[in-house]
Amino acid sequence: MINLKNQACIAGIGETRYVRKPGSGLSQLALQLQAAKSAVEDANLSLKDVDGLMPFPNLGHAEEFAANLGIENLRFAATVHTGGAAPVASLRIAAMAVCTGAANAVLVPAGWNAYSGSRARDTVSQDVSSLPGGRIARDYYLPFGLTAPPQWYSLMARRHMHEFGTTAEQLGAIAVAMRKHAQLNPNAVMYGKPLSIDEYLASPMITDPYRLFDCCLETDGAAAVVVTSAERARDLGRPAVSIMSVASGQPYPADEITNRKDIFRTGLTIAAPEAFAAAGVTPRDIDFAEIYDCFTFEVLQQIEEIGFCARGEGGAFVENGRIELGGELPINTHGGLLSEAHVLGMNHIVEAVKQLRGDAGERQVEDAEIGLVTGWGDFGDGSIAILGAGGVE
Amino acid sequence: MADYSKPLPVLEGLTEEFYGWCKNGELRFQRCTECGAWRHVPREMCPECSSTDWDWQRSSGRGRVFTWTVAERPLHPAFAGSAPYAPVVVEMDEGVRLLSEVVDCLPADLRIDMPVEVQFEAVTPEVTLPKFRKAGAP
Repeated sequence: MINLKNQACIAGIGETRYVRKPGSGLSQLALQLQAAKSAVEDANLSLKDVDGLMPFPNLGHAEEFAANLGIENLRFAATVHTGGAAPVASLRIAAMAVCTGAANAVLVPAGWNAYSGSRARDTVSQDVSSLPGGRIARDYYLPFGLTAPPQWYSLMARRHMHEFGTTAEQLGAIAVAMRKHAQLNPNAVMYGKPLSIDEYLASPMITDPYRLFDCCLETDGAAAVVVTSAERARDLGRPAVSIMSVASGQPYPADEITNRKDIFRTGLTIAAPEAFAAAGVTPRDIDFAEIYDCFTFEVLQQIEEIGFCARGEGGAFVENGRIELGGELPINTHGGLLSEAHVLGMNHIVEAVKQLRGDAGERQVEDAEIGLVTGWGDFGDGSIAILGAGGVE
Repeated sequence: MADYSKPLPVLEGLTEEFYGWCKNGELRFQRCTECGAWRHVPREMCPECSSTDWDWQRSSGRGRVFTWTVAERPLHPAFAGSAPYAPVVVEMDEGVRLLSEVVDCLPADLRIDMPVEVQFEAVTPEVTLPKFRKAGAP
Protein backbone atom coordinates (compact mmCIF):
# COMPACT_ATOMS: atom_id res chain seq x y z
CA MET A 1 0.00 0.00 0.00
CA ILE A 2 1.28 3.47 -0.85
CA ASN A 3 0.99 6.12 1.85
CA LEU A 4 1.23 9.63 0.47
CA LYS A 5 1.86 11.25 3.85
CA ASN A 6 3.80 14.48 3.36
CA GLN A 7 4.43 13.65 -0.33
CA ALA A 8 2.28 16.54 -1.52
CA CYS A 9 1.84 20.12 -0.38
CA ILE A 10 -0.55 22.99 -0.64
CA ALA A 11 1.89 25.35 -2.33
CA GLY A 12 -0.36 28.36 -2.86
CA ILE A 13 -3.62 29.90 -1.65
CA GLY A 14 -5.77 32.69 -3.02
CA GLU A 15 -9.06 34.34 -2.16
CA THR A 16 -11.19 37.27 -3.24
CA ARG A 17 -12.92 39.74 -0.96
CA TYR A 18 -16.03 38.23 0.61
CA VAL A 19 -19.13 40.38 0.29
CA ARG A 20 -22.88 40.54 0.54
CA LYS A 21 -24.49 43.86 -0.44
CA PRO A 22 -24.07 45.11 -3.15
CA GLY A 23 -22.66 41.88 -4.58
CA SER A 24 -19.31 41.08 -6.10
CA GLY A 25 -20.07 42.66 -9.46
CA LEU A 26 -18.30 39.73 -11.05
CA SER A 27 -19.54 36.56 -12.67
CA GLN A 28 -19.15 33.27 -10.83
CA LEU A 29 -16.34 32.35 -13.22
CA ALA A 30 -14.59 35.71 -12.95
CA LEU A 31 -14.56 35.39 -9.14
CA GLN A 32 -12.96 31.97 -9.34
CA LEU A 33 -10.42 33.11 -11.94
CA GLN A 34 -9.36 35.93 -9.62
CA ALA A 35 -8.82 33.54 -6.72
CA ALA A 36 -7.04 31.10 -9.03
CA LYS A 37 -4.57 33.72 -10.23
CA SER A 38 -3.83 34.70 -6.62
CA ALA A 39 -3.21 31.10 -5.61
CA VAL A 40 -0.84 30.44 -8.49
CA GLU A 41 1.04 33.68 -7.76
CA ASP A 42 1.21 32.83 -4.07
CA ALA A 43 2.89 29.55 -5.01
CA ASN A 44 5.57 31.39 -7.01
CA LEU A 45 4.28 29.62 -10.11
CA SER A 46 3.08 30.99 -13.40
CA LEU A 47 -0.20 29.93 -14.96
CA LYS A 48 1.81 28.17 -17.67
CA ASP A 49 3.01 25.77 -14.97
CA VAL A 50 -0.50 24.65 -14.10
CA ASP A 51 -1.43 21.39 -15.79
CA GLY A 52 -4.13 20.03 -13.51
CA LEU A 53 -7.58 21.39 -12.65
CA MET A 54 -10.24 20.20 -10.22
CA PRO A 55 -13.28 22.47 -10.49
CA PHE A 56 -16.10 22.34 -7.95
CA PRO A 57 -19.19 20.35 -9.02
CA ASN A 58 -21.53 22.40 -11.22
CA LEU A 59 -19.58 25.65 -10.90
CA GLY A 60 -17.61 25.51 -14.12
CA HIS A 61 -15.85 23.16 -16.47
CA ALA A 62 -12.11 22.61 -16.56
CA GLU A 63 -12.21 23.67 -20.21
CA GLU A 64 -13.42 27.19 -19.49
CA PHE A 65 -10.99 27.65 -16.62
CA ALA A 66 -8.12 26.55 -18.84
CA ALA A 67 -9.22 28.77 -21.73
CA ASN A 68 -9.42 31.85 -19.51
CA LEU A 69 -6.26 31.18 -17.53
CA GLY A 70 -4.14 30.39 -20.58
CA ILE A 71 -3.50 26.82 -19.45
CA GLU A 72 -2.38 25.29 -22.73
CA ASN A 73 -1.09 21.98 -21.38
CA LEU A 74 -3.98 20.64 -19.35
CA ARG A 75 -3.19 17.00 -18.60
CA PHE A 76 -5.36 16.26 -15.61
CA ALA A 77 -8.95 17.35 -14.95
CA ALA A 78 -11.40 15.86 -12.51
CA THR A 79 -14.30 16.84 -10.25
CA VAL A 80 -15.40 15.18 -7.03
CA HIS A 81 -19.20 15.14 -6.87
CA THR A 82 -19.77 15.42 -3.14
CA GLY A 83 -20.94 19.01 -2.83
CA GLY A 84 -19.24 20.91 -0.02
CA ALA A 85 -17.08 17.87 0.74
CA ALA A 86 -15.42 18.29 -2.67
CA PRO A 87 -12.70 20.88 -1.96
CA VAL A 88 -11.16 18.80 0.83
CA ALA A 89 -11.73 15.53 -1.04
CA SER A 90 -10.03 17.10 -4.07
CA LEU A 91 -6.82 17.52 -2.06
CA ARG A 92 -6.47 13.75 -2.05
CA ILE A 93 -7.01 13.37 -5.77
CA ALA A 94 -4.68 16.30 -6.46
CA ALA A 95 -2.03 14.71 -4.22
CA MET A 96 -2.41 11.42 -6.06
CA ALA A 97 -2.04 13.25 -9.37
CA VAL A 98 1.14 15.12 -8.47
CA CYS A 99 2.71 12.13 -6.71
CA THR A 100 2.25 9.91 -9.74
CA GLY A 101 3.29 12.52 -12.28
CA ALA A 102 -0.20 12.84 -13.75
CA ALA A 103 0.20 16.56 -13.18
CA ASN A 104 2.85 18.95 -11.81
CA ALA A 105 0.58 21.56 -10.34
CA VAL A 106 -3.14 21.10 -9.69
CA LEU A 107 -5.37 24.14 -9.26
CA VAL A 108 -8.49 23.64 -7.13
CA PRO A 109 -10.88 26.63 -7.33
CA ALA A 110 -14.30 27.21 -5.73
CA GLY A 111 -16.53 30.24 -5.63
CA TRP A 112 -19.93 31.66 -6.36
CA ASN A 113 -22.35 34.52 -6.01
CA ALA A 114 -24.45 32.92 -3.31
CA TYR A 115 -25.63 36.38 -2.23
CA SER A 116 -26.28 38.23 -5.49
CA GLY A 117 -27.10 35.06 -7.45
CA SER A 118 -29.89 32.76 -6.29
CA ARG A 119 -30.66 32.61 -2.56
CA ALA A 120 -31.64 29.60 -0.46
CA ARG A 121 -35.16 30.94 0.00
CA ASP A 122 -35.63 30.75 -3.76
CA THR A 123 -34.66 27.10 -4.00
CA VAL A 124 -37.00 25.45 -6.43
CA SER A 125 -37.32 21.93 -7.72
CA GLN A 126 -34.68 22.23 -10.39
CA ASP A 127 -32.09 23.17 -7.80
CA VAL A 128 -32.21 19.74 -6.20
CA SER A 129 -31.81 18.00 -9.52
CA SER A 130 -28.02 18.19 -9.41
CA LEU A 131 -27.83 16.26 -6.13
CA PRO A 132 -27.18 12.53 -6.22
CA GLY A 133 -30.42 12.25 -4.24
CA GLY A 134 -32.14 14.79 -6.48
CA ARG A 135 -34.88 12.54 -7.84
CA ILE A 136 -35.58 11.12 -4.39
CA ALA A 137 -35.83 14.62 -2.94
CA ARG A 138 -38.09 15.66 -5.81
CA ASP A 139 -40.44 12.68 -5.40
CA TYR A 140 -40.43 12.05 -1.63
CA TYR A 141 -39.35 15.26 0.14
CA LEU A 142 -40.45 18.28 -1.89
CA PRO A 143 -44.14 17.34 -1.95
CA PHE A 144 -44.11 17.70 1.86
CA GLY A 145 -42.12 20.92 1.95
CA LEU A 146 -38.72 19.47 2.86
CA THR A 147 -36.91 21.48 0.26
CA ALA A 148 -33.54 22.84 1.43
CA PRO A 149 -30.42 21.87 3.40
CA PRO A 150 -31.29 23.51 6.75
CA GLN A 151 -34.53 21.52 6.75
CA TRP A 152 -32.83 18.23 5.92
CA TYR A 153 -30.21 18.55 8.61
CA SER A 154 -32.49 19.97 11.29
CA LEU A 155 -34.23 16.57 11.24
CA MET A 156 -31.00 15.12 12.65
CA ALA A 157 -30.50 17.98 15.09
CA ARG A 158 -33.91 17.45 16.68
CA ARG A 159 -33.26 13.74 17.09
CA HIS A 160 -29.86 14.48 18.65
CA MET A 161 -31.52 16.85 21.13
CA HIS A 162 -33.97 14.08 22.00
CA GLU A 163 -31.39 11.29 22.34
CA PHE A 164 -28.59 13.24 24.03
CA GLY A 165 -30.16 16.36 25.52
CA THR A 166 -28.25 18.74 23.25
CA THR A 167 -29.57 22.27 23.82
CA ALA A 168 -30.12 25.42 21.82
CA GLU A 169 -27.60 27.17 24.08
CA GLN A 170 -24.96 24.66 23.01
CA LEU A 171 -25.69 25.31 19.34
CA GLY A 172 -25.51 29.00 20.20
CA ALA A 173 -22.06 28.57 21.73
CA ILE A 174 -20.86 27.46 18.30
CA ALA A 175 -22.44 30.46 16.57
CA VAL A 176 -20.95 32.81 19.16
CA ALA A 177 -17.47 31.29 18.83
CA MET A 178 -17.43 31.57 15.04
CA ARG A 179 -18.62 35.17 15.29
CA LYS A 180 -15.96 35.98 17.87
CA HIS A 181 -13.26 34.74 15.53
CA ALA A 182 -14.67 36.81 12.67
CA GLN A 183 -13.99 39.94 14.74
CA LEU A 184 -10.28 39.28 14.16
CA ASN A 185 -10.72 38.80 10.41
CA PRO A 186 -11.13 41.96 8.28
CA ASN A 187 -12.22 39.88 5.25
CA ALA A 188 -15.05 38.30 7.24
CA VAL A 189 -18.52 39.45 6.27
CA MET A 190 -19.38 39.60 9.98
CA TYR A 191 -16.30 41.63 10.91
CA GLY A 192 -17.44 44.39 13.24
CA LYS A 193 -20.66 42.53 14.08
CA PRO A 194 -20.21 40.61 17.33
CA LEU A 195 -22.91 38.22 18.51
CA SER A 196 -23.97 37.41 22.06
CA ILE A 197 -25.74 34.27 23.16
CA ASP A 198 -28.84 36.34 24.00
CA GLU A 199 -28.90 37.78 20.48
CA TYR A 200 -28.48 34.27 19.14
CA LEU A 201 -31.43 32.95 21.16
CA ALA A 202 -33.57 35.92 20.17
CA SER A 203 -32.88 35.50 16.46
CA PRO A 204 -35.78 34.31 14.30
CA MET A 205 -36.34 30.60 13.86
CA ILE A 206 -35.81 29.49 10.27
CA THR A 207 -36.54 25.77 10.58
CA ASP A 208 -36.73 24.51 14.14
CA PRO A 209 -34.27 24.02 15.76
CA TYR A 210 -32.20 26.14 13.34
CA ARG A 211 -32.36 29.86 14.02
CA LEU A 212 -31.00 32.55 11.74
CA PHE A 213 -27.61 32.45 13.42
CA ASP A 214 -27.40 28.68 13.19
CA CYS A 215 -27.28 29.06 9.41
CA CYS A 216 -24.31 29.73 7.17
CA LEU A 217 -23.97 33.00 5.32
CA GLU A 218 -24.87 33.53 1.69
CA THR A 219 -22.02 35.50 0.19
CA ASP A 220 -20.19 36.30 -3.02
CA GLY A 221 -16.59 35.20 -3.15
CA ALA A 222 -14.06 32.62 -4.28
CA ALA A 223 -10.95 30.89 -3.01
CA ALA A 224 -8.45 28.51 -4.54
CA VAL A 225 -5.41 26.39 -3.71
CA VAL A 226 -2.57 24.90 -5.74
CA VAL A 227 -1.24 21.43 -4.94
CA THR A 228 2.22 20.27 -5.94
CA SER A 229 4.53 17.46 -4.89
CA ALA A 230 6.55 18.12 -1.74
CA GLU A 231 9.70 18.15 -3.85
CA ARG A 232 8.28 20.79 -6.19
CA ALA A 233 7.06 22.85 -3.26
CA ARG A 234 10.55 22.92 -1.77
CA ASP A 235 11.93 24.25 -5.07
CA LEU A 236 9.34 27.03 -5.17
CA GLY A 237 10.76 28.63 -2.04
CA ARG A 238 7.40 29.47 -0.48
CA PRO A 239 6.22 28.20 2.91
CA ALA A 240 4.39 25.06 1.83
CA VAL A 241 2.00 23.15 4.01
CA SER A 242 2.19 19.35 3.96
CA ILE A 243 -0.79 17.21 3.18
CA MET A 244 -0.38 14.53 5.84
CA SER A 245 -3.52 12.62 4.89
CA VAL A 246 -6.94 13.03 3.29
CA ALA A 247 -9.90 10.67 3.42
CA SER A 248 -13.49 10.71 2.20
CA GLY A 249 -16.65 8.82 3.00
CA GLN A 250 -20.35 8.74 2.30
CA PRO A 251 -23.25 7.95 4.64
CA TYR A 252 -25.51 5.03 3.82
CA PRO A 253 -27.67 5.49 1.90
CA ALA A 254 -26.00 8.67 0.68
CA ASP A 255 -28.89 9.71 -1.54
CA GLU A 256 -31.64 9.58 1.07
CA ILE A 257 -31.47 10.98 4.57
CA THR A 258 -34.47 9.53 6.44
CA ASN A 259 -33.80 5.76 6.25
CA ARG A 260 -30.42 5.36 7.90
CA LYS A 261 -30.02 2.78 10.66
CA ASP A 262 -27.68 5.18 12.45
CA ILE A 263 -28.68 8.69 11.41
CA PHE A 264 -25.55 10.25 12.91
CA ARG A 265 -23.21 8.04 10.90
CA THR A 266 -22.11 10.36 8.13
CA GLY A 267 -19.29 10.21 5.58
CA LEU A 268 -16.92 11.70 8.13
CA THR A 269 -17.56 8.77 10.49
CA ILE A 270 -15.91 6.54 7.91
CA ALA A 271 -13.24 8.99 6.76
CA ALA A 272 -11.87 10.26 10.08
CA PRO A 273 -10.31 7.04 11.42
CA GLU A 274 -8.67 6.43 8.06
CA ALA A 275 -7.21 9.95 7.94
CA PHE A 276 -5.81 9.72 11.46
CA ALA A 277 -4.29 6.30 10.81
CA ALA A 278 -2.68 7.41 7.56
CA ALA A 279 -1.27 10.56 9.15
CA GLY A 280 -0.08 8.64 12.20
CA VAL A 281 -1.73 11.11 14.60
CA THR A 282 -4.72 11.15 16.95
CA PRO A 283 -7.34 13.81 17.70
CA ARG A 284 -5.20 14.89 20.69
CA ASP A 285 -2.44 15.98 18.27
CA ILE A 286 -4.70 18.45 16.45
CA ASP A 287 -3.93 22.09 17.24
CA PHE A 288 -6.97 23.60 15.48
CA ALA A 289 -9.82 22.43 13.29
CA GLU A 290 -11.57 24.16 10.41
CA ILE A 291 -14.87 22.32 10.32
CA TYR A 292 -17.46 22.71 7.56
CA ASP A 293 -20.08 24.76 9.37
CA CYS A 294 -23.06 24.87 7.02
CA PHE A 295 -25.06 24.96 10.27
CA THR A 296 -24.04 24.95 13.93
CA PHE A 297 -25.32 21.45 14.60
CA GLU A 298 -23.16 20.08 11.80
CA VAL A 299 -20.08 21.34 13.67
CA LEU A 300 -21.19 19.53 16.82
CA GLN A 301 -21.95 16.38 14.86
CA GLN A 302 -18.58 16.44 13.12
CA ILE A 303 -16.72 17.01 16.41
CA GLU A 304 -18.27 13.76 17.62
CA GLU A 305 -17.67 11.77 14.45
CA ILE A 306 -14.02 12.91 14.26
CA GLY A 307 -13.57 11.52 17.76
CA PHE A 308 -12.75 14.69 19.68
CA CYS A 309 -15.42 13.41 22.05
CA ALA A 310 -17.92 10.56 22.17
CA ARG A 311 -21.24 10.57 20.36
CA GLY A 312 -23.67 12.66 22.35
CA GLU A 313 -21.02 14.66 24.20
CA GLY A 314 -20.63 17.35 21.56
CA GLY A 315 -22.88 19.76 23.42
CA ALA A 316 -20.70 19.76 26.50
CA PHE A 317 -17.57 19.89 24.32
CA VAL A 318 -18.46 23.21 22.72
CA GLU A 319 -19.28 24.95 25.99
CA ASN A 320 -17.09 27.21 28.10
CA GLY A 321 -14.84 28.47 25.32
CA ARG A 322 -13.18 25.17 24.48
CA ILE A 323 -13.59 25.80 20.75
CA GLU A 324 -12.59 29.46 20.85
CA LEU A 325 -9.15 30.88 20.15
CA GLY A 326 -7.22 30.43 23.39
CA GLY A 327 -9.25 27.31 24.20
CA GLU A 328 -8.28 23.69 23.96
CA LEU A 329 -9.34 23.23 20.33
CA PRO A 330 -9.96 26.41 18.34
CA ILE A 331 -12.51 25.77 15.61
CA ASN A 332 -13.00 27.91 12.52
CA THR A 333 -10.46 30.51 13.43
CA HIS A 334 -11.57 32.65 10.44
CA GLY A 335 -15.23 32.67 11.43
CA GLY A 336 -16.25 29.81 9.16
CA LEU A 337 -19.19 29.65 6.79
CA LEU A 338 -21.22 31.04 9.66
CA SER A 339 -19.32 34.30 10.06
CA GLU A 340 -16.53 34.69 7.47
CA ALA A 341 -18.23 33.69 4.22
CA HIS A 342 -19.64 30.68 2.44
CA VAL A 343 -16.93 29.68 0.03
CA LEU A 344 -17.92 26.04 -0.20
CA GLY A 345 -15.36 25.07 2.43
CA MET A 346 -12.41 26.21 0.32
CA ASN A 347 -11.98 29.12 2.75
CA HIS A 348 -11.45 26.54 5.52
CA ILE A 349 -8.50 25.06 3.62
CA VAL A 350 -7.09 28.57 3.02
CA GLU A 351 -7.37 29.44 6.72
CA ALA A 352 -5.70 26.18 7.76
CA VAL A 353 -2.77 26.98 5.48
CA LYS A 354 -2.46 30.48 6.95
CA GLN A 355 -2.41 29.02 10.46
CA LEU A 356 0.27 26.46 9.59
CA ARG A 357 2.39 29.10 7.86
CA GLY A 358 2.17 31.30 10.95
CA ASP A 359 0.35 33.91 8.84
CA ALA A 360 -2.92 34.20 10.71
CA GLY A 361 -2.08 37.46 12.45
CA GLU A 362 -4.34 38.17 15.41
CA ARG A 363 -6.05 34.81 14.86
CA GLN A 364 -2.82 32.85 15.06
CA VAL A 365 -3.02 29.66 17.08
CA GLU A 366 0.24 29.52 19.02
CA ASP A 367 2.63 26.79 17.85
CA ALA A 368 0.17 25.55 15.24
CA GLU A 369 1.82 22.44 13.80
CA ILE A 370 -1.00 20.10 12.84
CA GLY A 371 -4.50 21.10 11.83
CA LEU A 372 -7.49 19.50 10.21
CA VAL A 373 -10.09 20.62 7.71
CA THR A 374 -13.40 18.92 7.00
CA GLY A 375 -15.84 19.08 4.14
CA TRP A 376 -19.54 18.24 4.21
CA GLY A 377 -21.85 17.88 1.25
CA ASP A 378 -25.27 16.83 0.05
CA PHE A 379 -26.90 14.44 2.53
CA GLY A 380 -23.78 14.03 4.68
CA ASP A 381 -20.89 13.14 2.40
CA GLY A 382 -17.71 13.85 4.30
CA SER A 383 -14.04 14.53 3.82
CA ILE A 384 -11.16 15.31 6.15
CA ALA A 385 -7.63 16.52 5.53
CA ILE A 386 -4.88 16.53 8.15
CA LEU A 387 -2.31 19.17 7.31
CA GLY A 388 1.09 19.84 8.82
CA ALA A 389 3.37 22.85 9.04
CA GLY A 390 6.47 22.58 6.88
CA GLY A 391 8.93 20.18 8.39
CA VAL A 392 6.38 18.25 10.45
CA GLU A 393 7.11 14.52 10.32
CA MET B 1 -57.55 21.09 -5.86
CA ALA B 2 -57.52 22.91 -9.17
CA ASP B 3 -54.95 25.36 -7.87
CA TYR B 4 -52.51 22.92 -6.27
CA SER B 5 -49.14 24.52 -6.79
CA LYS B 6 -46.87 22.53 -4.48
CA PRO B 7 -44.22 20.27 -5.96
CA LEU B 8 -45.45 16.89 -7.09
CA PRO B 9 -43.60 13.60 -7.52
CA VAL B 10 -42.80 12.62 -11.09
CA LEU B 11 -44.83 9.46 -11.66
CA GLU B 12 -42.52 7.16 -13.47
CA GLY B 13 -40.88 3.83 -12.68
CA LEU B 14 -40.96 2.68 -9.09
CA THR B 15 -42.22 6.08 -7.92
CA GLU B 16 -45.28 5.60 -10.12
CA GLU B 17 -45.89 2.22 -8.47
CA PHE B 18 -45.52 3.57 -4.92
CA TYR B 19 -47.88 6.45 -5.50
CA GLY B 20 -50.19 4.19 -7.52
CA TRP B 21 -50.88 2.22 -4.34
CA CYS B 22 -51.45 5.47 -2.47
CA LYS B 23 -54.06 6.46 -5.07
CA ASN B 24 -55.78 3.17 -4.18
CA GLY B 25 -55.77 4.14 -0.51
CA GLU B 26 -53.01 1.68 0.35
CA LEU B 27 -49.57 2.29 1.83
CA ARG B 28 -47.32 -0.38 0.38
CA PHE B 29 -43.55 -0.78 0.50
CA GLN B 30 -41.28 -3.12 -1.39
CA ARG B 31 -40.52 -6.29 0.55
CA CYS B 32 -37.74 -8.56 -0.73
CA THR B 33 -39.06 -12.03 -1.54
CA GLU B 34 -35.65 -13.61 -0.90
CA CYS B 35 -34.78 -12.23 2.54
CA GLY B 36 -37.95 -10.49 3.68
CA ALA B 37 -36.39 -7.06 4.18
CA TRP B 38 -38.70 -4.08 3.79
CA ARG B 39 -37.36 -1.00 2.07
CA HIS B 40 -38.15 2.62 1.37
CA VAL B 41 -37.53 4.63 -0.83
CA PRO B 42 -38.14 2.22 -3.71
CA ARG B 43 -35.03 0.59 -5.10
CA GLU B 44 -34.39 -1.78 -8.00
CA MET B 45 -32.46 -4.20 -5.85
CA CYS B 46 -32.53 -5.40 -2.25
CA PRO B 47 -29.49 -3.84 -0.57
CA GLU B 48 -29.46 -6.63 2.03
CA CYS B 49 -29.23 -9.63 -0.29
CA SER B 50 -29.04 -8.19 -3.84
CA SER B 51 -32.23 -9.88 -4.98
CA THR B 52 -34.23 -8.16 -7.68
CA ASP B 53 -37.46 -9.91 -6.64
CA TRP B 54 -39.92 -8.09 -4.47
CA ASP B 55 -43.59 -7.71 -3.62
CA TRP B 56 -45.38 -4.49 -2.82
CA GLN B 57 -46.54 -5.49 0.64
CA ARG B 58 -49.19 -3.61 2.48
CA SER B 59 -48.04 -1.72 5.55
CA SER B 60 -50.04 -1.76 8.77
CA GLY B 61 -50.19 1.97 8.21
CA ARG B 62 -49.12 2.54 11.80
CA GLY B 63 -45.95 4.15 13.01
CA ARG B 64 -44.37 6.65 15.40
CA VAL B 65 -42.97 10.11 14.94
CA PHE B 66 -39.18 9.72 14.61
CA THR B 67 -38.19 13.33 14.08
CA TRP B 68 -39.34 16.51 12.36
CA THR B 69 -38.46 20.11 11.65
CA VAL B 70 -40.74 23.14 11.78
CA ALA B 71 -40.37 25.37 8.74
CA GLU B 72 -41.08 28.81 10.11
CA ARG B 73 -39.43 30.65 7.25
CA PRO B 74 -40.22 28.60 4.14
CA LEU B 75 -37.43 28.16 1.65
CA HIS B 76 -39.53 27.37 -1.42
CA PRO B 77 -41.99 29.77 -3.05
CA ALA B 78 -44.78 27.17 -3.17
CA PHE B 79 -44.73 26.88 0.62
CA ALA B 80 -44.55 30.60 1.34
CA GLY B 81 -48.12 30.70 2.59
CA SER B 82 -47.93 27.51 4.64
CA ALA B 83 -45.66 28.50 7.50
CA PRO B 84 -45.31 27.23 10.10
CA TYR B 85 -45.47 23.67 8.83
CA ALA B 86 -43.68 20.52 9.90
CA PRO B 87 -42.25 17.84 7.61
CA VAL B 88 -42.21 14.73 9.81
CA VAL B 89 -40.23 11.50 9.56
CA VAL B 90 -42.50 8.62 10.57
CA GLU B 91 -40.98 5.27 11.51
CA MET B 92 -43.45 2.61 10.46
CA ASP B 93 -44.06 -0.59 12.45
CA GLU B 94 -42.33 -2.41 9.59
CA GLY B 95 -39.13 -0.47 10.33
CA VAL B 96 -38.95 1.77 7.27
CA ARG B 97 -39.22 5.50 7.58
CA LEU B 98 -41.27 7.88 5.52
CA LEU B 99 -41.18 11.67 5.16
CA SER B 100 -44.69 13.07 5.45
CA GLU B 101 -46.76 15.25 7.76
CA VAL B 102 -49.19 14.80 10.66
CA VAL B 103 -52.29 16.64 9.57
CA ASP B 104 -54.12 16.94 12.89
CA CYS B 105 -51.22 18.00 15.08
CA LEU B 106 -49.85 21.51 15.42
CA PRO B 107 -46.11 21.64 14.84
CA ALA B 108 -45.57 22.76 18.43
CA ASP B 109 -47.44 19.70 19.74
CA LEU B 110 -45.39 17.07 17.93
CA ARG B 111 -43.62 14.59 20.19
CA ILE B 112 -41.05 11.94 19.42
CA ASP B 113 -42.68 8.47 19.43
CA MET B 114 -46.18 9.93 19.02
CA PRO B 115 -48.25 7.11 17.47
CA VAL B 116 -49.69 7.94 14.06
CA GLU B 117 -51.59 6.18 11.31
CA VAL B 118 -51.71 6.79 7.59
CA GLN B 119 -54.44 8.44 5.62
CA PHE B 120 -54.50 9.56 2.03
CA GLU B 121 -55.02 12.92 0.39
CA ALA B 122 -55.68 13.29 -3.31
CA VAL B 123 -53.95 16.57 -3.97
CA THR B 124 -54.53 16.42 -7.72
CA PRO B 125 -56.51 14.01 -9.92
CA GLU B 126 -53.24 12.15 -10.61
CA VAL B 127 -51.42 12.34 -7.28
CA THR B 128 -52.45 11.06 -3.87
CA LEU B 129 -50.03 11.67 -1.00
CA PRO B 130 -49.74 9.51 2.12
CA LYS B 131 -50.22 11.67 5.21
CA PHE B 132 -50.70 10.81 8.87
CA ARG B 133 -53.09 11.51 11.72
CA LYS B 134 -52.66 10.95 15.44
CA ALA B 135 -53.49 7.37 16.44
CA GLY B 136 -54.66 5.89 19.72
CA ALA B 137 -52.13 3.91 21.74
CA PRO B 138 -51.41 0.49 20.09
